[in-house]
Amino acid sequence: MEKYVCQVCGYVYDPAVGDPDNGVNPGTSFADLPADWVCPVCGADKDSFSPE
Amino acid sequence: MRTVVEIKKGVHWVGAVDWHVRDFHGYSVDKGSTYNSYLVMDDKVTLFDAVKKPFKSDMLHNIYKVIDPGKIDYLVVNHVEPDHSGSIPEIIEAIKPEKVFCSSRGKKALLDHYHRDDWPYEIVESGQEISIGKRTITFLETRMLHWPDSMFSYIKEESLLISSDAFGQHWATSERFNDQVDSSELMAHAVKYYANILLPYSGLVQKLIAEVKKMNIKIDMIAPDHGLIWREDPLQIVEAYDKWSKQGCKRKALIIYDTMWHSTEMMAKAIADGLIESGISVKLMNLACDHRSDVITEMIDSKAVILGSPTLNNGMLPRMADMLCYMKGLRPINKFGAAFGSYGWSGEAVKQLAKSLEEMKMKLFGAGINLQFVPNHEGLKKCVDLGREIAAAIKDSVPV
Ligand SMILES: [Fe+2]
Ligand SMILES: [Fe+2]
Repeated sequence: MEKYVCQVCGYVYDPAVGDPDNGVNPGTSFADLPADWVCPVCGADKDSFSPE
Repeated sequence: MRTVVEIKKGVHWVGAVDWHVRDFHGYSVDKGSTYNSYLVMDDKVTLFDAVKKPFKSDMLHNIYKVIDPGKIDYLVVNHVEPDHSGSIPEIIEAIKPEKVFCSSRGKKALLDHYHRDDWPYEIVESGQEISIGKRTITFLETRMLHWPDSMFSYIKEESLLISSDAFGQHWATSERFNDQVDSSELMAHAVKYYANILLPYSGLVQKLIAEVKKMNIKIDMIAPDHGLIWREDPLQIVEAYDKWSKQGCKRKALIIYDTMWHSTEMMAKAIADGLIESGISVKLMNLACDHRSDVITEMIDSKAVILGSPTLNNGMLPRMADMLCYMKGLRPINKFGAAFGSYGWSGEAVKQLAKSLEEMKMKLFGAGINLQFVPNHEGLKKCVDLGREIAAAIKDSVPV
């Protein structure tokens, strides 16, 4: 599964890791993240991400 | 510098002036800086932000002039970067606050810096209000302006915005207000600060300005954590940020070069000639003399960024590599780019420069001009022509 980079702060969403602090289990693809999920570092929305 | 200034009735500047700092992690602060903190006297005495570690005594001394530090109830940490938090362990020791207000990212950053889980953190959210007596503080998170933890504090009864790093300037002065200093020098420091610190977050600056306008709050003073406080016409700096963050350009070209034996410099001047005779404003910056942070300040309103380097050991000169590393991080947008340089036998530099410009999504003019050893008349003519070509494109895209 593809990693996605936040264009605002540079945080990389890695599906293998997920975002457990915010209830996203490892193995969740970027596409499957909820629409209201935001970058855990800077709060940018999903639209601010691009494939790595 | 230990002179407390009452910026509004019951609101005191208790920060520190750093007359001698010259390098701010790679940004040249030729005239020093200040670390501003603000003390508000109310039922709950509240301190906003602190200073760099070596200035903790200056700050405590200032506080003592107003009140015994032990009587301070609240500490607000708008931003955790060490120029504002380095002294916080000692300040907290001295004031023993009942609460330390910060954003959720602020708490995390404080823990990651100072490793103190015993401090009385109180996480606040954007839009949250707290009363300190006669006054109310509203917090506004400003994530990535310029750290994830950054926030503003607004006191509505005073129409006062404490804006953390935003709207600041690195300039050490004995004056505290914008109306007490030369306004063009002040704006020169403010634009340098914007270009070197906030430029990559210009999109967020646009969003924030829109958000603040929608909140329809009254602002009659903006107190940043560096430099002068905006008292006279405070919204001028918001308008300036609006302009800078749009990254609009003038009919201006910036030629940045380094040179070994003046060949690349000859080319730089020939390109400049082509631009100037076509009516374009030009800045010629030699990296041996001009600091990277001053180059960036000139870049902000330049439509074209033209890079020149000779080839040394199969690559560009190291000062140019430094410049490009810095420039890429600041993410300029909407620029034209071009590359040139002199070489001896291999000539890789120009290709590398062009590649960097492309990575920054600049619109390139050809593959660049690569001339062997000392340029002759014909070679320089190519440079003049490149200048004319870029000038024509600038005129097409930038209205007068
Ligand atoms: Fe900062
Ligand atoms: Fe700062």
